[in-house]
Amino acid sequence: MDIDLISNILYAMVRTGTPLLLIALGELVCEKSGVLNLGQEGMVLMGAVAGFVAALLSGSLILGFLLAIAAGIAMSLLFGFIALGLNANQVATGLALTIFGTGLSAFIGADFVGKPITGLEPFALPLLSEIPLLGKMLFSQDMIVYLSFFLFAAVYWFFRSSRPGLIVKAVGENPHAANAIGLPVMRTRYLAVMFGGAMAGLAGGYLSIAYTPLWAENMSAGRGWIALALVVFASWKVERVLLGAWLFGLASILHLVFQGLGFSISSNLLATLPYVATILVLVVLSRNQVRARLLAPMSLGKPFHASS
Amino acid sequence: MIKLEPRGQHSKLMAWLSPVFAGILTLISGAILFALLGQDPLEALHTLLIMPVSDIYGLAELCVKAAPILLCAIGLSVVFKAKVWNIGAEGQLLMGGLIGSACALALIDAEGFWVLPLVLLAGMVGGALWAGLAAWLKTSFNANEILTTIMLNYIALNLLIWAVHGPLKDPDGYNFPESAMFSDSALIPTLIDGTRIHFGMLFALLAVVIIWVLLSRSFLGFQIKVLGLDSSAARLAGFREKRLVWIALLISGALAGLAGVGEVAGPLGQLVPSISPGYGYAAIIVAFLGRLHPVGILLATLLMALIYMGGEMAQITLGLPVALTGLFQGMLLFYLLACDVLINFRIRIPALSKSAADKLAVKEEAVN
Repeated sequence: MDIDLISNILYAMVRTGTPLLLIALGELVCEKSGVLNLGQEGMVLMGAVAGFVAALLSGSLILGFLLAIAAGIAMSLLFGFIALGLNANQVATGLALTIFGTGLSAFIGADFVGKPITGLEPFALPLLSEIPLLGKMLFSQDMIVYLSFFLFAAVYWFFRSSRPGLIVKAVGENPHAANAIGLPVMRTRYLAVMFGGAMAGLAGGYLSIAYTPLWAENMSAGRGWIALALVVFASWKVERVLLGAWLFGLASILHLVFQGLGFSISSNLLATLPYVATILVLVVLSRNQVRARLLAPMSLGKPFHASS
Repeated sequence: MIKLEPRGQHSKLMAWLSPVFAGILTLISGAILFALLGQDPLEALHTLLIMPVSDIYGLAELCVKAAPILLCAIGLSVVFKAKVWNIGAEGQLLMGGLIGSACALALIDAEGFWVLPLVLLAGMVGGALWAGLAAWLKTSFNANEILTTIMLNYIALNLLIWAVHGPLKDPDGYNFPESAMFSDSALIPTLIDGTRIHFGMLFALLAVVIIWVLLSRSFLGFQIKVLGLDSSAARLAGFREKRLVWIALLISGALAGLAGVGEVAGPLGQLVPSISPGYGYAAIIVAFLGRLHPVGILLATLLMALIYMGGEMAQITLGLPVALTGLFQGMLLFYLLACDVLINFRIRIPALSKSAADKLAVKEEAVN
């Protein structure tokens, strides 16, 4: 393999891992507050369709991304209202959000299938992009990829050394104790859920405006679910989310690697790799039941009612 | 402000009324949606929900759509009773279709009464194997079954697409991604001439009866229910948890597999990439909507099949996207979850009840 090929593979790995990174960071914050939102796939799809339609009609990519984020937040509020406001089962509500988002996005996008837009172009940073290998991977990407680096650093800092980060963790570990010392459990959880929605919406917008600038039904192809597994893989640690997202990015582009090496394997079979990898990761990390339980936020998925 | 107040116990009445409320709310939302799209709401709903089933052909088509949904949903009722969240009915259905097709194509020159049962069995084994994978991952490695079954859905879909482009492609099919037509001995006979309704619907009804008996009359069913209600109680009673998870998943996978092979050996007659328009996912909604009870599931299946037909009808007559089906499905499940709150909570409007209490106090004073 020559250096150009490796550099291209690294570039594609980061690019493919970006939506996963965005979704997983959002879901991580959400889960740290004790809320399990399985509706990622639905929020991503709504973000994708809203972003694409807005970008196509207005001609402004920025407006597209803003609407993608707004759609993600709107979907997350729907989840929040039913799962937090009405105390419904979080697993069932998340599933409902995915089914609803899949249906609604297909409905809205039906007239826009196959229409082309000029997607977001990469923007190579001067000098930095000249670095061998890493230059193309880290500094020749588009703006949303750079934004994902920044958001990663921000979430890392948030949990490591900010007071709100501490509140989110307290609410997720023991909402009753947090409530007793006067922390706003419900408001924290709503905000965490909304952050998750914004990130999933942005990831959707990235898919339909930058990654493959078009809209197709179900175009997220399970990325929302893979990101959920990524959070487990990362053991709820921010830095491991980045590693995991890029590794999964690599798994998704392995067919390019194989082609580069001259192997011929059916692309449909290779397309199963990210899903197989997800299962393998779950197997390795869940095997030790005690460890798995210790790592997850204590109140994850459990409804909270202040009176009980 | 509206407040939720715990009832202190489950309301059985609300448990059965909630799906009805959810249906009504979905209808109202649908009417509003149609009005927003510039259609006459009542006429649109009539086109969607009454017109498709106003003749014998339509009713037969309803049964054709209902059969796979019913098979998947009744299987899901078993796993869901055990609180095992099998989201993989779709993948199990696809694998049933795939393995069943492989069997039918291998026997394409065979004739005899034994071919069809063998094909159906192969489909059931295919579905059960796929669910068995999830059972193995859960019982041996403690892997979350929601995520593994969803991943297995995507894997099954890709395997199916690979198969129709590769090993199972019709050699005389002008390179279309589909298999050869099955031989007559591998096809499920139709029930009424001139319609597509076939014996698959009877299999589904039979499965409903069997699962009903299993869950309400057998010790195995009792164990499954106890495991779902309180897993530590089940362990204390000496029930073998892992074995029960295996059995529940195998049953549900086999039934979903039967649904899949019922499609390829029934209305389709060959393996195509699009066996299922999401029947496996719709079955999850049906199972919840029917409260995991056979009668409830039967009714919810008919509603879901009607929504599928309505979506097709809306596309043909109103020019609306067929994705309307998915939208209605999502709304239905959301409204159900929201209405389910009323099972454990009652709604209190403090301002109202306070003023009512005040009035009562005034009256009492006047009496005194």
